[in-house]
Amino acid sequence: MRTAFNVNGKPVSVDVEARLTLADCLRHNLGLTGTHVGCEHGVCGACTVIVDGQAVRSCLMLAVQTDGADVQTVESLSTGDALSPLQASFRRHHALQCGFCTPGMLMTAHALLIAEPDADEERIREALSGNLCRCTGYIGIIEAVLEARAAYPKRGKGRTP
Amino acid sequence: MSRRDSYIGKPVERIEDLRFLRGRGQYVDDLKRDGMLHAAVVRSAFAHGRIVSIDTAPALALPGVHAVFTAADLGAKIPVIPVRSESQPSLDRVVQPVLAHGKVRYVGEPIALVVADTAAIAEDAADAVVVEIDPLPAVTDRASSEAGNALLFEESGTNKGATLTGVRGDADKAFAAADYVRRERFRVQRHTAVPMETRGLLAEWDAERERMTLTGAAKVPFFVRAVLAKMMGLPEHAVDAVETDIGGGFGARGEFYPEDFLIPFAARRLDRPVKWIEDRREHFLATTHAREVECELEIACRRDGVILALRGKAWSNIGAYIRPNGVTAPRNIAQMGPGPYRIPNVRMEVTILLSNKTPSGSYRGPGRFEIDFCRERLIDLAALDLGLDRGEMRRRNLLTDTEMPYPLPAVLPYGNSGELDSGDYRVTLDRCLAEIGWEKKAGLQGQLIDRRYHGLGVGCYVEGGATGPRENARMVLESDGMVTVYVGASAIGQGLETVFAQITADAFGIPIEHVKGVFHGSTTCVDEGFGSYGSRASVMGGSAILAAAENLKDVIRKAAGEQFGCPAADVEIIDGLRVVKAGNRQMTLVELSASGFSAEGTFASAKRTYSYGAHAAHVAVDPRTGQVDVLEYVAVEDVGRILNPNTLHGQTVGAIVQGLGGSLLEQLVYDEHGQLLTASLASYLLPNTVDYPNIRSISLELYPSPLNPLGAKGAGEGGIIPVGGVIANAVASALGSLGVQPFELPLSQPRVWQLIEEARSGVGRRPR
Repeated sequence: MRTAFNVNGKPVSVDVEARLTLADCLRHNLGLTGTHVGCEHGVCGACTVIVDGQAVRSCLMLAVQTDGADVQTVESLSTGDALSPLQASFRRHHALQCGFCTPGMLMTAHALLIAEPDADEERIREALSGNLCRCTGYIGIIEAVLEARAAYPKRGKGRTP
Repeated sequence: MSRRDSYIGKPVERIEDLRFLRGRGQYVDDLKRDGMLHAAVVRSAFAHGRIVSIDTAPALALPGVHAVFTAADLGAKIPVIPVRSESQPSLDRVVQPVLAHGKVRYVGEPIALVVADTAAIAEDAADAVVVEIDPLPAVTDRASSEAGNALLFEESGTNKGATLTGVRGDADKAFAAADYVRRERFRVQRHTAVPMETRGLLAEWDAERERMTLTGAAKVPFFVRAVLAKMMGLPEHAVDAVETDIGGGFGARGEFYPEDFLIPFAARRLDRPVKWIEDRREHFLATTHAREVECELEIACRRDGVILALRGKAWSNIGAYIRPNGVTAPRNIAQMGPGPYRIPNVRMEVTILLSNKTPSGSYRGPGRFEIDFCRERLIDLAALDLGLDRGEMRRRNLLTDTEMPYPLPAVLPYGNSGELDSGDYRVTLDRCLAEIGWEKKAGLQGQLIDRRYHGLGVGCYVEGGATGPRENARMVLESDGMVTVYVGASAIGQGLETVFAQITADAFGIPIEHVKGVFHGSTTCVDEGFGSYGSRASVMGGSAILAAAENLKDVIRKAAGEQFGCPAADVEIIDGLRVVKAGNRQMTLVELSASGFSAEGTFASAKRTYSYGAHAAHVAVDPRTGQVDVLEYVAVEDVGRILNPNTLHGQTVGAIVQGLGGSLLEQLVYDEHGQLLTASLASYLLPNTVDYPNIRSISLELYPSPLNPLGAKGAGEGGIIPVGGVIANAVASALGSLGVQPFELPLSQPRVWQLIEEARSGVGRRPR
């Protein structure tokens, strides 16, 4: 089946089997291997991407379901060699070790902070509770997201970082 | 050397993060090759049975399927996976064949390998392979394993693999003379590492040069190469095992698995690159499990709480086969009973039992987590019986600096012992008790506040690290002044590149940006390497880097001496690594050699370092639900010397949370037929962001290790070791008024609820 959507601002068109997940399509058809697959049953959150503004598990969505949608992956967070404020905050707070869950963590946090730049610690913990990390114990991740809030504009003001 | 130690000890931000944060990491499934095929493994659906027939025709009939391999395709002798360390003849008989033949012995055991154009077709075809199995009774627990009515290996006549005994002094004599003795039976549940990235491999065969490259090797690539070369009948130098970015290891990844042979075998046979990526369900069935042990432990004390002896028996349920590192946990249970305490008399007998479950191997703090739980619980019970404060009882028995080095029990039949290297183990306990407010909070214990019972727990540990025998590094200084480092230690996500860059930069007094790259683990890096296990990588690899740096300086001094016509000893290397000078003569390194310099270095040590520490927890238990909330958790450790406080702290906290998972949530549950009931992340509960927010970790550098030039001690595992005992002690303290004493992990919500209900109704009590 042919399906066309935007990935990180660029239009793409792929011919895929109906059963192909969005995660596999991004990784193997489009070469965007920053999105990781950790469980293929929607629990670990490593494959989280943003579809039309919503954080979505790309292992639970079929590629053909994204027809016409805007998809953002971890590769879109920064351009060139600079880190985005969220990414830099992750680095500063040692919010990652093996890096496998990190793209999903970033995308969930990014979607959250765009929608709720004032999210408090409890809300951040709740929003990230569907993203599993086996290395860090989460403390650095929460600290990183708390600090990154400052870079996200309050609703109706300014641009998304 | 004005820049000496500008980096070591500083919270240097990680080099690795720049690629990981931007989605540019390269994990094995990110690799693609022209003409690449995909493999799927056909696995046993039965725990125990005889293979009657395997019909591959329906799979081969599917379009896009290239081959289906069964044991019949492997030749007359099916390769078996050897034990990597501390084997013995009785264990060498229970090693795993790379494909099941004759019998299957666990659910998930590989029976056939399917290779197809895509992963989806390979999985469809794997489902189409028809395997007829005549089921046999499943051996799942200690009783059925010991009874031996069903035998995994009929020819051996027993399900017993081996017995290991830890011995020091004369335990029986000490028990006979003791004021106080107590014996209890403990159980630690089967659970395991569960890294976020499953295993995966990419094998490439170069038919012209007869070379095999296996990418996706981890932890012990040199061991993988040695085993694979032997199995494939190739010389070692014709095989390379290559490390990519790795999504967590924790002991489970990288040890030679059946797929480490099967994927290269298929690539060679089909002369095409072949990739295999484990799925999550498969991971739960196929990647090593850990921890399942039953332990009867007995303590002998004087009235004043001085511990005289420990004596016990343990039964490790290791599953269907001995894994390459399958001896590690049982041998640590045999040896590490006394932990950080001065216990002169020890006798601990550990029996390795086979069962029809996934084979088990190392998981962070192997054996140490288990035996720490048993010992720390028993010390609490003894303190309670003797009317002593639990902190004080520990303090009286902890080893002090004047007693170092202190010998460990010998482990029979190997006879090796080793010794604790340095430290004053009371210091971390005192600090930990002060940090949690032990005395201040004493009155809270057992109190019902807001309908929850509050309790405090404490426990102590030592962590063996810097495991030998050697590590090697190679260093190349290019003419532009940039240094590239190659090292045999391997990275599994712990931040090794950063720590090694710090060590390299300080060794030469150069900016860390002048360390151009750190390459690790792969067999292409150095001639001989050992990898990452036993908290060894930073200390052994880092010390090898120091040795290589010294050798590199010697090479430069010698070359400059020849130019200047002076002894090498008169040459100074100045201005970072840019200029050499002798007397009033100087030249740049570029002038000295346009092609740069290189040198190798080795660090060898047969002795382990021992980090140590104490953890304490304040918990609240809801008697209506059995829910245990960790209100505060404090860890204090002395790691000798901190190389990077960020990576150390991150690993300690991460290990604590893994330990909390193993103490409260995680469980690999089997039914009586040997079926794994928890083979998904929906049923196997990992800690998430809301579970354990209140953890503090304090790292000290009081007693550097005398065993290596860094003074550092392995520190990647310590965080997990005492957690089970600490949490169980805190729960016991909370539920003291009900008389609840936990003897089993995990303290899951249903189990705690059940313990409370049983205590209230006065039935069912603990197993004795």
